[in-house]
Amino acid sequence: MTESNPLQETIAVKADHLYKAFGRRPHEIVKKLKAGKSRADISSLGVAAVIDASFEVKKGEIFVVMGLSGSGKSTLIRMLNGLWDTTSGTVTVGGTDITGVSAKELRDIRRKSISMVFQHFALLPHRTVIDNVAYGLEIQGMGRAERLAKAQTIIDLVGLAGWADNLPSELSGGMQQRVGLGRALAADTDVLLMDEAFSALDPLIRREMQEQLIELQAALGKTIIFITHDLNEAMFLGDRIAVMRDGRIVQIGTPEEILTDPANDYVAQFVQDVDRARVLTAVSVMEPVRSVITKTAGPRAALHTMRDLQTSVTFVLNRDRSFAGIVRDRDVLKLVKAGETDLRGIIRDDATSVSPETALVDLVEPSVESELPIAVVDEKNRLLGVIPRVTLLAAIGNVSTNTGALPIVMPPATISVSQITEILGETADDTQIDAAGVHA
Amino acid sequence: MNDFRIPIGSWVESFVEFITDTFGFIFDLVRAGFDGAYEAVEFLLGAPPFWAIMLVLGVLALGIRGWKFAVGTVVGMVVILGVDQWDNAMDTLALVLVASVLAIVISVPLGILAAKSTLASNIIRPVLDFMQTMPAFVYLIPALILFRIGVVPGIVATIIFAMAPGVRLTELGIRSVDKEVVEAGQAFGASPWRILRQIQLPLATPTIMAGINQVIMLSLSMVVISGLVGAGGLGAQVIASLNRIDIALGFEAGLAVVILAIFLDRITASLGSSDSGGFFGSIRRVLRSRRVTDAVAFAPDTNPAPAPQRARV
Ligand SMILES: Nc1ncnc2c1ncn2[C@@H]1O[C@H](COP(=O)(O)OP(=O)(O)OP(=O)(O)O)[C@@H](O)[C@H]1O
Ligand SMILES: [Mg+2]
Repeated sequence: MTESNPLQETIAVKADHLYKAFGRRPHEIVKKLKAGKSRADISSLGVAAVIDASFEVKKGEIFVVMGLSGSGKSTLIRMLNGLWDTTSGTVTVGGTDITGVSAKELRDIRRKSISMVFQHFALLPHRTVIDNVAYGLEIQGMGRAERLAKAQTIIDLVGLAGWADNLPSELSGGMQQRVGLGRALAADTDVLLMDEAFSALDPLIRREMQEQLIELQAALGKTIIFITHDLNEAMFLGDRIAVMRDGRIVQIGTPEEILTDPANDYVAQFVQDVDRARVLTAVSVMEPVRSVITKTAGPRAALHTMRDLQTSVTFVLNRDRSFAGIVRDRDVLKLVKAGETDLRGIIRDDATSVSPETALVDLVEPSVESELPIAVVDEKNRLLGVIPRVTLLAAIGNVSTNTGALPIVMPPATISVSQITEILGETADDTQIDAAGVHA
Repeated sequence: MNDFRIPIGSWVESFVEFITDTFGFIFDLVRAGFDGAYEAVEFLLGAPPFWAIMLVLGVLALGIRGWKFAVGTVVGMVVILGVDQWDNAMDTLALVLVASVLAIVISVPLGILAAKSTLASNIIRPVLDFMQTMPAFVYLIPALILFRIGVVPGIVATIIFAMAPGVRLTELGIRSVDKEVVEAGQAFGASPWRILRQIQLPLATPTIMAGINQVIMLSLSMVVISGLVGAGGLGAQVIASLNRIDIALGFEAGLAVVILAIFLDRITASLGSSDSGGFFGSIRRVLRSRRVTDAVAFAPDTNPAPAPQRARV
């Protein structure tokens, strides 16, 4: 329980080479697996439910374990709170190795640090909803009035107001699931294990619960280990996702890493039909900005850039490299012809700028409304990249594009190159402009 | 072949002799204890006038199963009274109560132990098989030697004979409680004792009650057989009728046994069923109504002991 290494404080749960085998001689199975035998090789001896699972879950993280039925998710989660012994490997919760502690210490840890929502609810059928929700508090030793009051607020939170005095058997599956969730929430532990906690809910409530969970997580900073076989759910909830197959973790990564860079065909197939528009964010699809100048560079530099890149628009940055807006070729041309040197008068702000975390689904509308690429800016308003419409469509449709082709990235030039060159030649010499700075 | 003989019988005999010689004082103590318990219960049932007992049994029947069963009970008791077996029936009832309470007190904890430990289960199971299949009369012989003639050998033989289903069904009931619900208890940090008390026992109650029902029924049949060793009651009447080939007495005593059996069976059976006014259901209802009316009452953490009130069917 004592912390010696301050670095470890950020790790809430750690699994280190976990194995779980069912059969007459589980240790023999694990020995064979470690010697390189496959799951099929040992099938005569028993089932290897979890094979060599290692991961670290950071404090305040939502860590999703995803995999098809029978891939070992429930077995894995049961080892994380010591419900089932590991056949080999260690689990650390809040700095304590729970695979080696006494039964009493383990109970203490479960009371204080780690609670669980069960796949099949596992409510106490002879207790009312409120007594079920208050169960963890009861075990923690809280007085009856206090725990009932707290349980009541949780019941309201999970949307079961008015059902407090009913028995679980009088509730629908989805409502029972929410009782299970409420019971875990009421216990108020740092770590929450959730085994397919939302699978019995209908889609609307499910979404609502997912959103609530994220809110809750943000508000209370809980560490959540969430099991699901629904990829969209995994992508929506997960800060990181571990994909399991036949007992092994085949990939751990952020939703985007898993989507954009699947470790193998299995993961790739798994993620094939995910709702990409909700998962991918602006930062993951944006392209580098090519057509960009600083505000002080002047109209001739702008025109020069647009000629070289064959676009009718260029992005303009302030001195501190924050995003100022765009200029269009016609306006610049007028300025140059008039011999003006200040761009400020013609900078427009009609390009949409979004934060890097914006989901693609939220980019569709601005992208349809304007032919201009969407600007992605950070919290200091610095231009990170752009998302042209084609790039957005390609990302949502999961088509790979050769986005190096400039004409489809930026609005194409509306004034011919020769015309621009002519005007530039008429007004001044080019060397000076190049020195003014064209940024990529 | 003819010379081959394993003298198991004489081994057991010497063993029993050895025990009688060495631990005689213990058996005397047990004898005194059981005798005292029987005398007390017998006094409770025998001392009041018959109508008082009838009234109590009738009210009990009314509370547990309803008015039809209450009427049936009273009619049955009147029949027993009518065939002049009332005192004998009360003696037998006292024997059954003492023997089955003791059998339950021994068998339920053994069942819990067997459910919790596979080792214990593996040891207990063959012993139970043995106890259940050995002809019932055989128990009477050592019991007779150890405890001398009277009610005590009858009670002891009855306990041994009737215990098995109590142990078995308790183990079955606890083992068949939904594993995930038990895991839920563990996952929130409940101690094994608390899980037993708050999850396993309440959920296993219907099965355990079925076991208790079996124990009581077996006790009744064994108590009759104990008439052979002087346990008195209806059993003695049956034995007497057998000796005298007295069909009339045999039938009347037998009829009284049947009436007692039906009464005990119905009462205990309805204690087990949780639906429609069962014992468990009524406790629950009482508890819930109490919370609704008295929301801030501080109740102890445990499930309160079975409440005396019972709802009607
Ligand atoms: N108690 C057990 N005894 C034997 N095998 C088991 C046991 N529990 C699980 N298994 C096996 O371990 C494997 C993984 O099971 P697990 O329940 O962890 O899968 P899961 O990923 O949770 O599946 P689901 O999505 O259906 O819940 C399965 O092949 C299962 O048959
Ligand atoms: Mg599962």
